[in-house]
Amino acid sequence: MSKLAGKTAIITGASRGIGAEIARQFAANGAKVVVNYSGSQEKAEAVVADIQANGGEAIAVKANVSDSESVKAMVDGAMKTFGSVDILVNNAGITRDNLMMRMKDDEWDDVINTNLKGVFVCTKAVTRQMMKQRAGRIINIASIVGVMGNAGQANYVASKAGVIGLTKTTARELASRGITANAVAPGFITTDMTDQLTEDVQKAMLGQIPLGRFGAPEDVAKAALFLASDDASYMTGQTLHLDGGMVM
Amino acid sequence: MSTVLERVTKVIVDRLGVEESEVKLEASFTGDLGADSLDVVELVMELEDEFDMEISDEDAESMATVGDAVTYIEKKQA
Repeated sequence: MSKLAGKTAIITGASRGIGAEIARQFAANGAKVVVNYSGSQEKAEAVVADIQANGGEAIAVKANVSDSESVKAMVDGAMKTFGSVDILVNNAGITRDNLMMRMKDDEWDDVINTNLKGVFVCTKAVTRQMMKQRAGRIINIASIVGVMGNAGQANYVASKAGVIGLTKTTARELASRGITANAVAPGFITTDMTDQLTEDVQKAMLGQIPLGRFGAPEDVAKAALFLASDDASYMTGQTLHLDGGMVM
Repeated sequence: MSTVLERVTKVIVDRLGVEESEVKLEASFTGDLGADSLDVVELVMELEDEFDMEISDEDAESMATVGDAVTYIEKKQA
């Protein structure tokens, strides 16, 4: 039950959905958790309260993941409160779906900034500490569409494919310092983000899933927990597909 | 109180595992002392801690030799 005992984990975009579930599971496994949020303060505080009610340790920290000053303040805060930063889960992500023909520049920029630049900024910010520790785990939440492509999501797909490439480079640059980097590529997971999809789209997606059902945030959290634990110490630069078999 | 050179030398010896006698002012980190690019980044980080100062990325990139680092730190401390 305490695979992450004594470790500190920063989880971006942890006020809801997959991020919130990762925060809860990591805390349940003994990690001290930084619940990062950008706008949903109440939800982030609810996640923290939930963790504390179950005997865990957590703090909520507001930071815009694509802003290096704000991220640096978050990492410094984590160091002050918990004394180390052992795990970073780059989970924060947004969608601004549109057909490419209709996609506006700012729809493109917003998604790339949060989903891709955010991973770069947060990874860079924790690297100094992890290098000193000669240990660290970076877990990037990508998406299966970053592997297979998806009509109507040019910006999101490009950002997630970028995250997969960034994961491999992070893994190569930092391997000699005991830091691993892996990605999780979820398929259709039921969250606020996917609830926005129309029923027709949801039905069409179900048809592409060999296991015949959507995933749950818990499925992603369990994979992230594995990657953060000592069980995954010989694995780096990989992308785990959690998609009910959509992409093989 | 140790001199800047003595303290820089200690950081380099600890980080790169070289002999103290190899750490000369004209020795280059990557050429003579066998550091790779990541080692240099780490060296700069440790010098920042040792001397309690911030070394910008631009300044760090201009430091190629032990002498460069010593001169930079002495100038910044003055």
